[in-house]
Amino acid sequence: MNIQAPIKHTAAEEDLFQLCEAARGAVSGSKDASEQRDAAIEQLRAQGLPTRRIESWHYTDLRAAMKHLSAPTDSRVPAPLLAGSKVLSADTSVAGVTISPWSADKAQFAPVESDDAIGQINTALATCGSIAAVKAGQTVDVPLSIENRGAHARNVVSLGEGASATIVESVCGKDGFSSDVTLISLAEGAKATYVSTCEKGPDAVQLGQLRVVLGKDAELDVVIFNAGGKLIRREVVVLVEGEGSNLDIKGVNLIGGDSHIDVTTVLSHTVPHTVSEQLFRNISTGKGQGVFQGQIKVHQIAQKTDAQMACNTLLLSDDAGFSAKPELEIFADDVICAHGATVAELDEDHLFYLRARGITERTARALLVEAFVDEAIEEIDNEPLVEALETRIGAWLEANG
Amino acid sequence: MLEIKDLHAKIADTDTEIIKGLSLTVKAGEVAAIMGPNGSGKSTLSYILAGRDDYEVTSGDILFNGESILEMDPSERAAAGLFLAFQYPMEIPGVATMQFLKVAMNEQRKARGEEELKTPDFIKLVREAAGDLDISMDMLKRPLNVGFSGGEKKRAEILQMKLLAPQLCVLDETDSGLDIDALKIVSDGVNSLRSPDRATIVITHYQRLLDYIVPDSVHVLSKGKIVKTGDKELAKELEANGYTDIIAEAAA
Repeated sequence: MNIQAPIKHTAAEEDLFQLCEAARGAVSGSKDASEQRDAAIEQLRAQGLPTRRIESWHYTDLRAAMKHLSAPTDSRVPAPLLAGSKVLSADTSVAGVTISPWSADKAQFAPVESDDAIGQINTALATCGSIAAVKAGQTVDVPLSIENRGAHARNVVSLGEGASATIVESVCGKDGFSSDVTLISLAEGAKATYVSTCEKGPDAVQLGQLRVVLGKDAELDVVIFNAGGKLIRREVVVLVEGEGSNLDIKGVNLIGGDSHIDVTTVLSHTVPHTVSEQLFRNISTGKGQGVFQGQIKVHQIAQKTDAQMACNTLLLSDDAGFSAKPELEIFADDVICAHGATVAELDEDHLFYLRARGITERTARALLVEAFVDEAIEEIDNEPLVEALETRIGAWLEANG
Repeated sequence: MLEIKDLHAKIADTDTEIIKGLSLTVKAGEVAAIMGPNGSGKSTLSYILAGRDDYEVTSGDILFNGESILEMDPSERAAAGLFLAFQYPMEIPGVATMQFLKVAMNEQRKARGEEELKTPDFIKLVREAAGDLDISMDMLKRPLNVGFSGGEKKRAEILQMKLLAPQLCVLDETDSGLDIDALKIVSDGVNSLRSPDRATIVITHYQRLLDYIVPDSVHVLSKGKIVKTGDKELAKELEANGYTDIIAEAAA
């Protein structure tokens, strides 16, 4: 028999439970949601926040990092990444897209794994979000925008058969503790570009999770852009369950000041003939600490899986750091899987070459750093998106270089 | 134009002295060839001229147009008119060649207090210079030197030299890795830049390049100093007899 003494909760955990109690009322109308919420709160109470002893949190000790929880005071909505975007809220209408008001019934709360702290926190606290369905066969030309205006948002987006859309999710406000979970599903032959941007202030804690289900022949491009924040963790959990589907993840993490930014991806290839590609480019400067954990699971029947993963980091200061942990679990025997992680400093030979042509050291550094980061996104087949990201990257490098 | 006075230099953070009392004067309009066996300090000299901080000058001086350049960083030396064509040009992923050329030209102009080039003028200059060197505009859209063949890299170096129009060109083993056709294109490019107010230092191992770029003076470098100076006939003598006799003679 295993008797475990109840853990002694930290101040942050006590803060969290208070928030949980306050949020209970938000789902009282839905019995199922109430039950899921109670279960999630129970998990949090029993386990507390994850420490580095939990494998999936090894590089981000959430319990040690979170001293107190403070509710966001700032709810400013950032300028839209893409011009002409339509916000997915119940008072907007977009042709071919059904947008519903948020409710606990529509938020698809579900049982949460024991090490899924973001799932638990979001299930316990979510009170807002965007609920949208793109109709089958519909091509949405305007970029759609999800603005996570509340502290804890839960978004549900589905694309019907053959539908296509570009969706940008942005986290609003600069401070406080917040979470977001977005569930996105692509039916057969659907195509989407999903961009997640998080540009937080130096005190913010943001815990985010994107959960994806890919149907047959579906194509999804995910772009992750993280800049700033005190502690940011963004998880991407993808169930590749449709044959012929294609997943492409590009990510840029700009880590400066005292930021700790963690991107954790978990891809499950469960059927044959699917492709996934991941490319992350990271800058770590100041005292910034970055983490990339990339897990690829290839099930036994998932023959002909082609899964590629690369994570390259430039360290620009002595105190900056980056930890990368690629992890492949392959049970099929006819697959192509590759991963590569590099952490390096700026190449002195490159710098000298540029300087020998009259380019000042400062400009030469900026040119090389920007080129390194831009390589992650320049292949994206959406010029306005690439330009918008390059502008934000340039601005961040200017401010933090 | 260039006056190197009793220069001593070592690899930074070590005691390994590479340049040991080197003196050399190159006048405006002159093409000077520096020849020498492997390990004599040829490439080190070119890096020291360009200001690479892997090397430390311990004594002596380098005067460029009468002023010491030892305290200047590489970009200041370049803006002052010094150009090093690299033996092994760097491949720089992510930086488009055109973007690099524009930044380099404008940074130099800025450093000299001149106005920046407007894009159409810039493109016109590049187009003209590239045509003479058989460089396509497609090649210039690619990242700097990435995937360029040996010959393309050397032609790209000469293109940069033409566009930056330096007063002193230092060519470090520009002939290495070139076939005869590429050698001719590169030499034509260098020769087209010969002028009474520009000087060129050609660093080479072999006499072959000097058939195409005919030097006014030839200097033999051995163990970190110039041991013999002559005219173009000296290069031919070296080609025929090797370095051994001349170095032995200098040591005697």
